[in-house]
Amino acid sequence: MADLHHKPTPITMDTFLRGIWKENPVFVMLLGLCPALAVTNTTMNAIGMGLATLFVLVCSSALVSLLRSVIPKQVRIASYIVIIATFVTIVDYAIHAISLELYNALGAFIQLIVANCVILGRAESYASKNRVTKSVVNAFGIGIGFTFALLCLGTVREVLGSGTILGYSLFGESFQPWVVMVLPPGGFFVIGAWLLLFSWLKERKQRKILKQEETARATG
Amino acid sequence: MNNRTPIIELRGAPHLRKAPSVDQIMRNVVYALLPICGFAVYQFGLSALALILATTLACICTEHLFCRLSDKPTTIGDFSAVITGLLLALTLPPGFPLWMAVVAGFVAIALTKVMFGGIGFNVFNPALVGRAFVQAAFPVAITTWTPAFAPGRFTEFIPSTLTLPFVVPKSVAGWVERIAVDGYTGATPLALQKFGDGNLEHVTTQNADLFFGMTAGSAGETSALLILVCGAYLAVRRMMDWHIPAAMLLGAFVTSGGFYLVDAGAYPTPLFTLLSGGLMLGALFMASDMVASPTTPRGVWIYGILIGFLTVIIRLFGGLPEGVMYAILFGNAASPLIGAFTQPRVYGTGRKKATKP
Repeated sequence: MADLHHKPTPITMDTFLRGIWKENPVFVMLLGLCPALAVTNTTMNAIGMGLATLFVLVCSSALVSLLRSVIPKQVRIASYIVIIATFVTIVDYAIHAISLELYNALGAFIQLIVANCVILGRAESYASKNRVTKSVVNAFGIGIGFTFALLCLGTVREVLGSGTILGYSLFGESFQPWVVMVLPPGGFFVIGAWLLLFSWLKERKQRKILKQEETARATG
Repeated sequence: MNNRTPIIELRGAPHLRKAPSVDQIMRNVVYALLPICGFAVYQFGLSALALILATTLACICTEHLFCRLSDKPTTIGDFSAVITGLLLALTLPPGFPLWMAVVAGFVAIALTKVMFGGIGFNVFNPALVGRAFVQAAFPVAITTWTPAFAPGRFTEFIPSTLTLPFVVPKSVAGWVERIAVDGYTGATPLALQKFGDGNLEHVTTQNADLFFGMTAGSAGETSALLILVCGAYLAVRRMMDWHIPAAMLLGAFVTSGGFYLVDAGAYPTPLFTLLSGGLMLGALFMASDMVASPTTPRGVWIYGILIGFLTVIIRLFGGLPEGVMYAILFGNAASPLIGAFTQPRVYGTGRKKATKP
């Protein structure tokens, strides 16, 4: 533990941005898929879930990072869970008080934020090894990345599944809803399509680099 | 020099004939499907033709697009996408909106075939997955049936065919009322049998009508005779494993026969089960998909009988009148397991455990 404090690496823009794109919890690390598939049938649910997770993620990262030299190694997971559960309870009550409609739509998945691997993973692999500000910045990036991923799923599913966005009708009365998109299989189809798109973009980039190298070698 | 043609043609070894290539087999399956498509067009008119063209084009374009995207040579030349498109069209209702048919074709190729690595790697029958997707996405449109042999079917479309993309299809009720002469209800023989038509419970259609295809139904599933003939062509040319359809029909026949013997009033006759709905088309052209079915001799029988059994169970006790699609998809899912359990004994190895010396 002690040797980690020797030379703290500075906080860069990458600490924050990493979580949004390069280490996106849903699209790259494939963590937290349960809420990502379960509650993204409308955009509103996706935003609510994303922000709730963001709040728990940032707060628990801060607290875990603060207490990282106090928590005994043997019981660290239990301690993290207690910390996370505390913030989840706060979020649970807050959403209940702010919007009963959203609370009912998200159902048990608010309480299940406790078991979200993204949060526990951050606590274990980042917050327990880094300074408070850095952990918070990183957790904030991951939380934004998670919300972004949920939004990607939620918008597609809501637009195709009910022809609306945030409850506003997009195509009028005559729109034919794709029933399957608001059902659980729709979540799998949409996340599969997004993963396909992202990995295709990545592969295309690599292919371009390869081609450039080849032509450079051929001409040079 | 003598110019006489030799009577005996002498050739050196090898005397084996070249096994047909994938392209050849696929082309022959297309030939076998064309008469069925022709009958569908004769029976349902312009709409069926448009439907067949739409799904086939959608399948070919999807395959070409994905080959382009992954920088691979295009594989549309092997005719397998054409088969998927034709089969898909034959399983859809004739008045199915074209934009939904295109969605089905896209899902069939993209989700089932290309994602798993193209021809030879599909876990499920692509056409059926495409149909299952639109069944889940558009449950109303896919159960809207229109009468066969409608007057003027070669000059006008069924109103729901030309629906604009993303728009709810127009109701065909008014159109059906206008063209139908004898109080036609628009239900398929299976639906009539299962749900009745209000006055009579469990109406059974004449077996002869089912056999020759004089009924309503999906575009290409109506004529059992034609499907059997076209399937026989493939079986004779050894381009299809005839055990699978035989086992599937046997499984369905025996299962429904058992139920019929128990209570003849409540359950349809086994012959009706065989001839109605998509069972024939499914047995001969879909369950026998070379990739998604088992390859072991015993496994083939288990696979076919399982599908036949499940079809009857879904038809009799499920919420839908037709069960062939889900039964075949289930069989596809089970086929690796069936294959693993029915590995033949390797020649030379003993049946019994080798005794220790």
